[in-house]
Amino acid sequence: MSSDFDMTEIRQVFIQESLEGLDVMESGLLNLDVGAADPEVMNSIFRAAHSIKGGGATFGFSEISQFTHHVETLLDQMRKGERPVTDDAVQVLLQSVDCIRSMVDCLTADTPIVTSRAREIEVDLQRILDTRPGMTPAALTAPATPLPAAAVAAPECTGWLIDFQPHPGMLRSCNDPLRIFRELGRLGQLKVECFGAEALELESLDPESCELAWQLTLLGSATREQVEEVFAWVASECELAFSPLAPTSAADTAPVLSNVVLFDQPEEPSPAPAVVSVPGPDAVAADRAGSRKPPAATESASIRVSIDKVDTLINLVGELVITQSMLVRFGDQFDMSQIEKLREGLAQLTRSTRELQENAMEIRMLPIRSSFSRFSRLVHDLSRTLGKQVELQLHGEETELDKTVLEKIADPLVHLVRNSLDHGLERPEVRAAAGKPEIGTLAMSAYYEGGSVIIEVRDDGAGINKARVLAKARANGIVGADDELSDDRINNLIFAPGFSTAEVVSDVSGRGVGLDVVRRNIQDLGGHVQVESTEGVGSVFRVRLPLTLAILDGQLARVGDEIYIFPLLSILETIQVKPDKVSCVAGQAEMYRVRDEFVPIIRLATEFNVPPAVSGSHCGLLVVAEADGERVGLMVDELLGQQQVVIKSLQANFRPVPGFTGATILGDGTVALILDVPGIIRLGRAAGDSRAQRLAPSPLSNPLHSPSIVESSR
Amino acid sequence: MPSVLAVDDSASMRDLVRFVLERAGYKVVHASDGVEALEVARKETVDLVLTDVNMPRMDGIELIRNLRTLPAYKFVPMLVLTTESGTDRKMEGKAAGATGWIVKPFDPPKLLATVAKVLG
Repeated sequence: MSSDFDMTEIRQVFIQESLEGLDVMESGLLNLDVGAADPEVMNSIFRAAHSIKGGGATFGFSEISQFTHHVETLLDQMRKGERPVTDDAVQVLLQSVDCIRSMVDCLTADTPIVTSRAREIEVDLQRILDTRPGMTPAALTAPATPLPAAAVAAPECTGWLIDFQPHPGMLRSCNDPLRIFRELGRLGQLKVECFGAEALELESLDPESCELAWQLTLLGSATREQVEEVFAWVASECELAFSPLAPTSAADTAPVLSNVVLFDQPEEPSPAPAVVSVPGPDAVAADRAGSRKPPAATESASIRVSIDKVDTLINLVGELVITQSMLVRFGDQFDMSQIEKLREGLAQLTRSTRELQENAMEIRMLPIRSSFSRFSRLVHDLSRTLGKQVELQLHGEETELDKTVLEKIADPLVHLVRNSLDHGLERPEVRAAAGKPEIGTLAMSAYYEGGSVIIEVRDDGAGINKARVLAKARANGIVGADDELSDDRINNLIFAPGFSTAEVVSDVSGRGVGLDVVRRNIQDLGGHVQVESTEGVGSVFRVRLPLTLAILDGQLARVGDEIYIFPLLSILETIQVKPDKVSCVAGQAEMYRVRDEFVPIIRLATEFNVPPAVSGSHCGLLVVAEADGERVGLMVDELLGQQQVVIKSLQANFRPVPGFTGATILGDGTVALILDVPGIIRLGRAAGDSRAQRLAPSPLSNPLHSPSIVESSR
Repeated sequence: MPSVLAVDDSASMRDLVRFVLERAGYKVVHASDGVEALEVARKETVDLVLTDVNMPRMDGIELIRNLRTLPAYKFVPMLVLTTESGTDRKMEGKAAGATGWIVKPFDPPKLLATVAKVLG
């Protein structure tokens, strides 16, 4: 766009909006019933395409608008019922959505737009548009009838004589003849002659009706187009005739009637489709499945927030300001009689601050729908590629998650879904032979559970073949040859690094990136993943995630003179240590008996080399925590209060420190470290391994006992 | 300064229109579809309505038809933002009472010129 306006920000909005529009198109197309499309769905798909085209053209991305124009043409015919909704058309439209998306991705990444794919798909679109007799592609894409006698030799023209007779209703569309005259006046010297005024009777005059006519003489070098442009809006509301003043061109003397639509300038030449060989559908699907990941640059971008949330925030800020001014008044002239009111004010301040915090956090919360919606497409494409029939069920799409978590969980989820489709669900004939319905079910659900969000990926496929998994794990040395593992533990071996049972490395999953990466990504988000599986019945992958990454409900604990923070979520219980319940296994490893279970003790003071504050205080507190299905007791000196803490990254401000997820600043200004329970278990194990090398598998049902092979070094 | 009601379901188009017009000193109110626009227009009479055609709930044509029935909007200029392919829509718009149209894509100078033209 040639202008000095700074469009960067609005372009950003366009990009985001286009991506949203593409999602609308995609999910709409996937939901279309071939043959009997819901008109409302068709309309929303059309509108999305229309907006992308219009925006693309406005913001100077002609590649996008030109390509989308064809898509829009097809959609327009489909929504008007002029063209049936066929499977073929839907496939091509889906490819078009991908194509537009990749072009928009180019904008995001600020790289030149690649149009080769667009050219290919245009051939397909054109083929579909061509399939109907009586509707030639030229008629669909070509601009309106070319202007007759468009080439007027302007320099030879000395002016125009214009007969202008408005219809009586012209004023009602707010087209003021004076405005038209004013504009004409800018094109040259204008002489205006009015007719019909003498016939008007003041008594019967209708001021909203135009009863006058004018003859205008415009002197100057204005072209016919310029003059027509001035009358463009009223062309249908008046009788209009132009004749050039200088009789230079006979062709131009014929008056042009206004009813003809004259002003449809071709803005978008329809590009001649190049002949390109079209790759086979499988190659396309595989390519698409592999290239769906948007560039990482989109992560920063912006966030769309409902007005309601913003209004609530503003209200709260308003309350805060009122409270603040109230408190300031106390500062001016305080005496002890006002102490009660001061307390009230402070309580009010606390309340408002908390609400403000909660509401501010909510701004970052987005429904998981946006993340889920991409799976319809993924499943659609993959099941075709794999020759499987799959029904995707989505539950709990309204569940809200922090935007960052939502963005970062997308890839692991894609991986889990691919895994279920590839390894879990069987081919139709296999399913039929096993007495299952031929169409497999893949259900994704999201729900809240005690301050976390759970996302489940459930399939009714073959389940995990435990014998094979165990054999493989033994062969790879992940598990010792004699180790006895519970079923649950065997199932979760699939998350071990370098573990893959796929006999054939397929395009879909298993490109060297294993489920261990999924697990690590999820752990990096402060969550964890587990699988439950029954052979022949199916598997459930369950991902547990924190609601947000910015704030944590923390339990403050004192170790020596230091204060540490436990994520409240990781704490199962706290126990007053009774020395007689501590037992030493193999001389070194301390265990604590909690009811019927032995829990290994990790003394934080030893682990962190913190000198004890009061010597000899052996009787501390044991914080029993769980991570990755393992329980440990973390010994601290004292528990302090619980509070929400704002997580400050250690990695960004210092460097990553094993055993800690971050730091925070307490009310008194001191810095406290936030404990990473799984990390501490790993640290404790590393330290303990040297001591407990000889520890034989014991009958104790202690989860930590079976060496956690899945947790190898990271 | 005159006020303009910008109606578009596309936030980027709305932002563009608002950005350009506000920089030129116009007061801009906006709405994301015809239904919302009607509400806004009832609350506050503007000097010009700029509306997209294709919108959910109520399209631009219907919006203009509705606005023209309001006494306050009988003589308020209304422009539809339309694409080059929308010849029929232009005429439909005219029939509903639109003053004129702006063909998309438009650039800021063109938008400003057109707005200045109708607002005199």
